[in-house]
Amino acid sequence: MNNKLRVSSSPHVRDKVTTGNIMLMVVIALLPATIFGIYNFRHEHAWLLVLVTTASAVLTEYIYERALHKPVTVKDCSALVTGLLLALNLPPTLPVWMGALGAVFAILVVKQLFGGLGQNFMNPALGARCFLLICFTGRMTTFTYDTVTGATPLATLKAGESVDTMSMLLGNTAGTIGETSVIALLIGAILLLWIGVIDLRIPGTYLVTFVIFILLFSGRGLDLQYVTAHLCGGGLMLGAWFMATDYVTSPITKRGQIVYGICLGILTGLFRLFGGSAEGVSYAIIISNLLVPLIEKVTLPKPFGKGGEK
Amino acid sequence: MALFTFKGGIHPDDGKSLAKDQPIRKILPTGILMYPLSQHIGAPAVAVVKKGDHVLRGQKIADAGGFVSAPIYASVSGQVKAIEKHLNPTGSSMDCILIENDGDYQEVEYPPVKPLDQMAREEIIRQIGDAGIVGMGGAGFPTRVKLSPKEPEKIDYIIANCAECEPYITADYRRMLEHTEELIGGMRVVLSLFEHAKGVFAVEDNKKDCIEKLREAIKDEPRMEVCELVTKYPQGAERQLIYAVTKRAINSTMLPADAGCIVDNVETLVAIYQAVIKGRPLMERIVTVSGDAVNAPGNFRVLLGTNHDELIAAAGGFKTEPEKVISGGPMMGFAMITTDTPVTKTSSALLAFTKDVVARSAESACINCGRCVEVCPSRIIPSRLADYAKRQDEETFVTQNGLECVECGSCSYVCPAKRQLKQAIGSMRKTALANKKKK
Repeated sequence: MNNKLRVSSSPHVRDKVTTGNIMLMVVIALLPATIFGIYNFRHEHAWLLVLVTTASAVLTEYIYERALHKPVTVKDCSALVTGLLLALNLPPTLPVWMGALGAVFAILVVKQLFGGLGQNFMNPALGARCFLLICFTGRMTTFTYDTVTGATPLATLKAGESVDTMSMLLGNTAGTIGETSVIALLIGAILLLWIGVIDLRIPGTYLVTFVIFILLFSGRGLDLQYVTAHLCGGGLMLGAWFMATDYVTSPITKRGQIVYGICLGILTGLFRLFGGSAEGVSYAIIISNLLVPLIEKVTLPKPFGKGGEK
Repeated sequence: MALFTFKGGIHPDDGKSLAKDQPIRKILPTGILMYPLSQHIGAPAVAVVKKGDHVLRGQKIADAGGFVSAPIYASVSGQVKAIEKHLNPTGSSMDCILIENDGDYQEVEYPPVKPLDQMAREEIIRQIGDAGIVGMGGAGFPTRVKLSPKEPEKIDYIIANCAECEPYITADYRRMLEHTEELIGGMRVVLSLFEHAKGVFAVEDNKKDCIEKLREAIKDEPRMEVCELVTKYPQGAERQLIYAVTKRAINSTMLPADAGCIVDNVETLVAIYQAVIKGRPLMERIVTVSGDAVNAPGNFRVLLGTNHDELIAAAGGFKTEPEKVISGGPMMGFAMITTDTPVTKTSSALLAFTKDVVARSAESACINCGRCVEVCPSRIIPSRLADYAKRQDEETFVTQNGLECVECGSCSYVCPAKRQLKQAIGSMRKTALANKKKK
């Protein structure tokens, strides 16, 4: 028997958490928003777009890895997360082939060509969303609700009209498939916080900075109704809890995560208040993604015994 | 009461219930005992016996090979069969003295001991050095050297490392419960060397019974106290322990003495008691035998040099064929290729597991989740350091504080991508430290 013993470097025990379970938990946390979105946009057949986009992402990863004789990593569910996040960021009336094209772009160009999981410098789902926005600006900015095309609450807000914050909380408004229901998104976010997949550092500083920015620069003073509408509107909740917190494209240092959250808040505020479009979250996140290496460089922790945190 | 601790760390399954309630059992070895000449940090010991010699129990068989070194004593009487290379628990092959046990346990006559208060400082330290005592928690640093800091008057804490934060191991726990007086006796000896110091028994709060027992036993000792620590790995790592007890933080370039501290583990303090008060050299230790592949886990009082196979037999043998056998704890111990290895001064446990989780968890890409950063007690960035190590970028590794790693393995434990972070960092660290010495 003596030849059969295995040797390896310590430690000889491992935590049960794997990349696969983490990704799966994110998928589960996105389910309330996904299910609500499919229900909310049932007249637009949102289910088909969600299905095709998600499946295209997973399939692209599988085919690419098979073709290049790389280990197939679809089991780690990361492509599933990317596909689903992209779907939730699309208007329900988008032709399904555009969703599929976005998914191919996300996985092939943003993720795999840069080295696959862990190597992409930008959130693949958001990279693809911006790609689609540039290619198909019209289709990507047409929002239909209950078969009627109209403005999203955020666009209404930008136009200076009043919005119904209660329906924004519930989600029965126009918007992308997954962004409308604040309650559904928060259920998922609380789950991720509770099981420790994410913490408050990034989303907390993001939202707080954004609120401060709005209070300072919207010219509306302490208009709580306006601030609430901004918080609930657009992709802020989806972005802050599910996309800004993407591990790969956010800083690994704790202080860096706070700086990153502040950047996100300021950029989102700038784009929403002073930009041409009502939206700003996607661009804020992908620009901040690009700042991550710099942020990390200046926020390296001091080690224990050298003045670092104890 | 706020408990004492440090920032970071992990909570692995502790597995201690397997052996915790098993009282210490003495086992007597048969056959051949092996004494590796290097069971400590520093120069290997030099054999003073040769093949064919008859030795007695308690006889010195190897002398210290330098200033940082320690002598070795026979734990049985018998004949020296050979001095030859043999595999030791850490996986390297090194010179060992092999003694065939004659079963008589004929002992040398020990010189008489003086009462502690009549011994000079140097005399006490010499006696500890002569007894062959080294840090028995795992590091194996010669205790004599540790007890001779440059400025002894600046030492204000003697910390007994009673944390035993490694999962599965219960040897120190049993020692504390069953040999409380010897442990306190050892502390008394060390305190006699440092007049400004107070003695602190630092115990994790999962050992409430030990805390109570120690508190009761030291109630008439004005210079001693018990400090209750949070149960967390690596609470017993020297730097983290010093911080938990004193709030003084030291880095890799400093010694505990720079923070006015000396840290000794439970087993070491008991050995000091045996050496100075009883006049006996280091010949035995407590070893926990545990793990899911072992029939009857327990804690054994083992003569140094005993073959691990005998230890396994004493614990009822294997339930099922193990995949992995570890000398020491699951977090920092050594996986052994064979069980035909001896118990040494630093063997705190022998663990056998039916499944090797490491072999079952394939490494995948880092997803930058930051869990390693969260748990790292040295507050460095393990995932990045492992990358520098893998591309042999020693310079960046050093500037990014790779040398501060204490090799506790918490990062590898939590990594969801199952990367061998500690292994990569540890080997780069070794290279970098060696190169630093050369300069």
